[in-house]
Amino acid sequence: MSDIISVTVKVWRQDGPDSSGGFETHPQQISTDASFLEMLDLLNEQLNDRGEEPIVFESDCREGICGTCGVMINGRAHGPQKATATCQLHMREFADGDEIVIEPFRAAGFPVIRDLAVDRSPLDHIIESGGYISVGSGAAPDANLTPVPRDAAEQAFDAAACIGCGACVAACPNSAAQLFTSAKVGHMALLPQGQPERWSRTESMVEVMESYFGSCTNHGECHEACPKEISLDFIAYLNRDYVKAKVKNRALSGQR
Amino acid sequence: MEPGAAPQPNSTVLDSKVPDGPIADLWENHKFSMNLVNPSNKRKFEVIVVGTGLAGASAAATLGELGYRVKAFTFHDSPRRAHSIAAQGGINAAKNYPNDGDSVHRLFYDTVKGGDYRSREANVHRLAEVSVNIIDQATAQGVPFARDYGGLLDNRSFGGAQVSRTFYARGQTGQQLLLGAYSALMRQVAAGTVELHNRSELLDVVLKDGRACGIVTRDLVSGEVTPHSAHAVVLATGGYGNVYFLSTNAMMCNVTAAWRAHRRGALFANPCYTQIHPTCIPASDDFQSKLTLMSESLRNDGRIWVPSGAGDARSAADIPEAERDYYLERKYPAFGNLVPRDVASRNAKTVVDAGHGVGPLNNGVFLDFAVAIERDGHDAIAARYGNLFDMYQRITGENPYTSPMRIYPASHYTMGGLWVDYHLMTNVPGLYAVGEANFSDHGANRLGASALMQGLADGYFVLPYTIGDDLAGLLGDPVVPTNDPVFTAAVAGVEDETSRWLSTNGSRSVDHFHRELGRIVWDNIGMARTETGLRSALSDIPALRDEFHNDVRVLGSADTLNQSLEKAGRVADFFDLAELMARDALEREESCGGHFREEHQTAEGEAQRDDDNFSHVAAWEWNGSDTPQTRHIEELTFDNVALSQRSYK
Amino acid sequence: MAQSTRERYRVDPVRTRRRAWPFPLNIYQSAVGRKWVMALTGIGLVGFALIHMVGNLHVYEGPARMYEYAETLRTIGGGLVPKSFVLWLMRLGLTGMFALHLHAAITLKDMSRHSSDDAGLMSGAKKYAGGRDHIAATYASRTMRWTGPIIALYLLFHLADLTWGWWLGPDFVRGDPYHNVATSLSSLPVAILYVVANVALALHIFHGAWSIFQSLGINNPRYNHLRRALAAGIAGLILIGNLSFPILAQTGLISEDNRACPVNDSDGLVCLAEEAEGH
Ligand SMILES: Cc1cc2nc3c(=O)[nH]c(=O)nc-3n(C[C@H](O)[C@H](O)[C@H](O)COP(=O)(O)OP(=O)(O)OC[C@H]3O[C@@H](n4cnc5c(N)ncnc54)[C@H](O)[C@@H]3O)c2cc1C
Ligand code: HEM
Ligand code: SF4
Ligand code: FES
Repeated sequence: MSDIISVTVKVWRQDGPDSSGGFETHPQQISTDASFLEMLDLLNEQLNDRGEEPIVFESDCREGICGTCGVMINGRAHGPQKATATCQLHMREFADGDEIVIEPFRAAGFPVIRDLAVDRSPLDHIIESGGYISVGSGAAPDANLTPVPRDAAEQAFDAAACIGCGACVAACPNSAAQLFTSAKVGHMALLPQGQPERWSRTESMVEVMESYFGSCTNHGECHEACPKEISLDFIAYLNRDYVKAKVKNRALSGQR
Repeated sequence: MEPGAAPQPNSTVLDSKVPDGPIADLWENHKFSMNLVNPSNKRKFEVIVVGTGLAGASAAATLGELGYRVKAFTFHDSPRRAHSIAAQGGINAAKNYPNDGDSVHRLFYDTVKGGDYRSREANVHRLAEVSVNIIDQATAQGVPFARDYGGLLDNRSFGGAQVSRTFYARGQTGQQLLLGAYSALMRQVAAGTVELHNRSELLDVVLKDGRACGIVTRDLVSGEVTPHSAHAVVLATGGYGNVYFLSTNAMMCNVTAAWRAHRRGALFANPCYTQIHPTCIPASDDFQSKLTLMSESLRNDGRIWVPSGAGDARSAADIPEAERDYYLERKYPAFGNLVPRDVASRNAKTVVDAGHGVGPLNNGVFLDFAVAIERDGHDAIAARYGNLFDMYQRITGENPYTSPMRIYPASHYTMGGLWVDYHLMTNVPGLYAVGEANFSDHGANRLGASALMQGLADGYFVLPYTIGDDLAGLLGDPVVPTNDPVFTAAVAGVEDETSRWLSTNGSRSVDHFHRELGRIVWDNIGMARTETGLRSALSDIPALRDEFHNDVRVLGSADTLNQSLEKAGRVADFFDLAELMARDALEREESCGGHFREEHQTAEGEAQRDDDNFSHVAAWEWNGSDTPQTRHIEELTFDNVALSQRSYK
Repeated sequence: MAQSTRERYRVDPVRTRRRAWPFPLNIYQSAVGRKWVMALTGIGLVGFALIHMVGNLHVYEGPARMYEYAETLRTIGGGLVPKSFVLWLMRLGLTGMFALHLHAAITLKDMSRHSSDDAGLMSGAKKYAGGRDHIAATYASRTMRWTGPIIALYLLFHLADLTWGWWLGPDFVRGDPYHNVATSLSSLPVAILYVVANVALALHIFHGAWSIFQSLGINNPRYNHLRRALAAGIAGLILIGNLSFPILAQTGLISEDNRACPVNDSDGLVCLAEEAEGH
């Protein structure tokens, strides 16, 4: 079942945020059973043995859930397999003789830290600006006090499944973070618990998003890249809620 | 101390500070009797929380809400990446929504029993009590738990429990709970009560006059080493399952924070209690980096078997029914494939060791769904396990609908950790440990869906109260300034260590040594342990450690993101921990839960406890690099649960 | 408190937030709001393009009908308002919509350019050194920022050509659209230009009409699958209609061979009016 294939890895190397980078090419023999990141592990081991610094790339859970991993592989965020994070991609998706071009996720909001590692902290800032429901520990009523229609809960989950990997931003020609932001806004807007802060949340999250990222033009690349297949519908809900929020907040807070 | 020798004379019996009284009211009464910090005084206290997993994020958020000034640290780029995110199955709570007879007492009882009577009753009871609040809290935060058609929360039975008390969010419960805690944390960051330090790794804990007064961290991007002071330090840094190299834990999980605290005087309890999960995808080659858990629920419908003949290399389809050994069904007619984790794991090891292993590397057993598919139909099975089957196929390239899955046990969870008292404080005043990092409420074995419960219980509902009791006494005391000699010395120590790694200039990578260490630990301190094996580990580990320190090659510099450098320090701590695990396992001359000594089994091959001599926690004290640790004990008494022998026949 | 994440790491915002304008102008300050404006003006422009195309079909009924149609446009509003008043209002509205649409397009493109590494100056789209494999983005969606300006330039040409009569010179007869169209489109280069521009327009509308739904959050799972088809339908309709003019003019179907009235702006127009009346 497992074959050994030869591939050429063309990988981006960059010493630091302020240095300029470039591609480095390494031939690699690898079993098709290996995961993509194991292929890089192996390459790193070889580099280390040769006295060259290993390639910096990030990963943690390697189960497609933590959102730490993520690189551009042959021009696609998270590589060729649909609904699959980089860490879950396996070498059997590649053929003998392939050239594999690996680049960091790019966006002005995601400065390269080193090699393939980028700083995605603006995503945290978006959450910080309102991606929560204000309920202090211990202040919660009984969980079954508020029934939530099953469909609403399911749909909220579809949005909440976002792992915050940033592939949507990387894949977006505009470097917009609409899919990420709309996933969080949508998750909370669909639940009764999220209603009290719905409008202020939408407003502030969109505004922080726009201070770091580009403007969505509805290409739909984000959805294709998304390992969790977050739906573009959430972007539509976000756009609708945002303008509603502008009107509502004004009405609620007396011509603020 | 010579391993296996009698306890040292300076060994002491630890005081868990459990208040007196009937267990059901203990926590309520104690909450009333503890000292409180007045709301306006809370902001005079600074608290450091290290780790932003379920335990850390919930603790930091709650402390921030209460008004403490909190600094939260994580070596991840974002709090949301903590290993807690990967938990799949669910979280237990004694809500009794299904009305099937669950209660706080039953959850308490099940947890003590499941832990093979090696946990502290009072803590477990408190855990069961606050479990219900966790579900309320998470739901209010917007955690999208599974719901039934009436819109109310759904429950399932998990890990062989006899009641349905497990709340779940598809197969992503940990993710959703962590996102809830993370959002609560980010709310406090926005409010200014919590200052978040991401990509910052704790490399030392600082004590002054015997009290924890701060930490030293290294900024993983700039390499800067910085002291931070506070009135109290909380470690929520997770478990050490990666000591085995291959485990289901995330790649960055490590023991460093707990270990550095241990080196500063915190006792490390029960290191040999580790949980090996039976259903993971076996390694496919030598450079396998980690193992993937396949949900335990698969055992509800899958049948586990191996070829009866050793060395049988035929594919599953070619092996006739008569030549298959359904060993769990054969040995445990009553429980069959649903025996507890430790039993299932150990039996898999036995058959594989005997040469019956399947797969290209002969390192697995079959988990076969053929009967279930024939009985319920392809679609029913797909509805139940479709996403798991897809995941399996993605990883192995094999189709589990047509050929059986291959599974093998893997390191999954560690019950051992920093010893803490009823207040979750270590023996070092001002130093706390919560979540998987402490030696926890699970005794010698953790039940499925109870780790999430414990982490959140500690963080949301226990620590925020108990910490106040201690802090109240410090009112008016300033924090130790970071230019104090204790801090400068610690910073210098960390900087020295960093430069030592970079100047070793050996020949092998850090991962190489980690993998070799993992092999020793897995073979000897894994699912089944023997005196011979443990003794050989005790000689192999230090030998490999010496080689590691002399021959590791860490390239690059200290002032950039340098992952080899990060790993070097972590692996060094794993070496020390591994040695202590072996000693702890050797000293514990009994089998209990995840700790199975082959010398101590019943005639039927089950774990044989020795309650007369080992009904205690072993907590080890660091005596410096060259002197073995001292073993202290905390006696465990069981006033509310009757001790019994587990049997699954 | 000392350093926080935001201070330690230097991910600088690409846009600093400016003081909020009074409601509802503040909506236009955000990109999402600006997209609303683009979408709303887009609806107006698509509507205009559609009506304009349908109206122009009168050309197939001959010079007199065409004349009549143009007259009707000028006299909407009846006697209540001065002649051409409503037409001018519509022109003003259209110009306003264009201006807003254009301003939003340019500023949003700029925003995306600043948010992206190494983005194309014109398209604003980000580039990867190793290339980029698009999956969902269509040719139309990726060329919005090219087709837009092509349309704008074409519009200017179109106005200069058929409204202001800059280069038809003495051949241009104000008030006799049939003649002007037939003359202009009979020149091959002009016809090609019209074809190219209208293909651009159709592409623009193909993405734009679907984009409107997203931008305004018009989303109903039951009808969502129709959105693409609707966009393609509108774009296709406008394309076919508009392309028919230059093509048929080239093939000679729109010509003045059978024309009854003379070509000039005095008795020619009177003749056309009478002919139209006579029907
Ligand atoms: C695959 C898998 C599935 C599981 N499924 C379940 C389940 O279904 N139900 C259940 O109850 N339990 C489950 N568990 C167990 C459970 O997930 C963990 O025990 C629990 O999440 C641990 O949480 P924690 O907050 O203690 O630590 P973690 O989530 O591990 O967090 C540790 C934190 O500490 C930080 N940290 C560590 N060291 C340092 C340092 N030196 N400096 C700075 N920061 C540091 C990390 O950045 C991280 O933020 C599962 C575990 C695994 C591996
Ligand atoms: C003046 C020349 C024009 C320019 C420069 C221009 C430019 C643009 C640009 C850049 C976009 C944004 C693309 C996107 O967000 O995906 C856009 C959207 C759009 N344009 Fe134009 N355009 C012009 C004329 C027109 C005309 C004449 C029409 C109608 C026939 C039109 C209809 C639309 C529509 C419907 C959208 C979609 C709005 C949305 O995204 O919600 N545009 N235009
Ligand atoms: S929306 Fe999808 S691609 Fe974007 S961050 Fe979330 S999971 Fe990643
Ligand atoms: S490493 Fe966690 S999602 Fe890939």
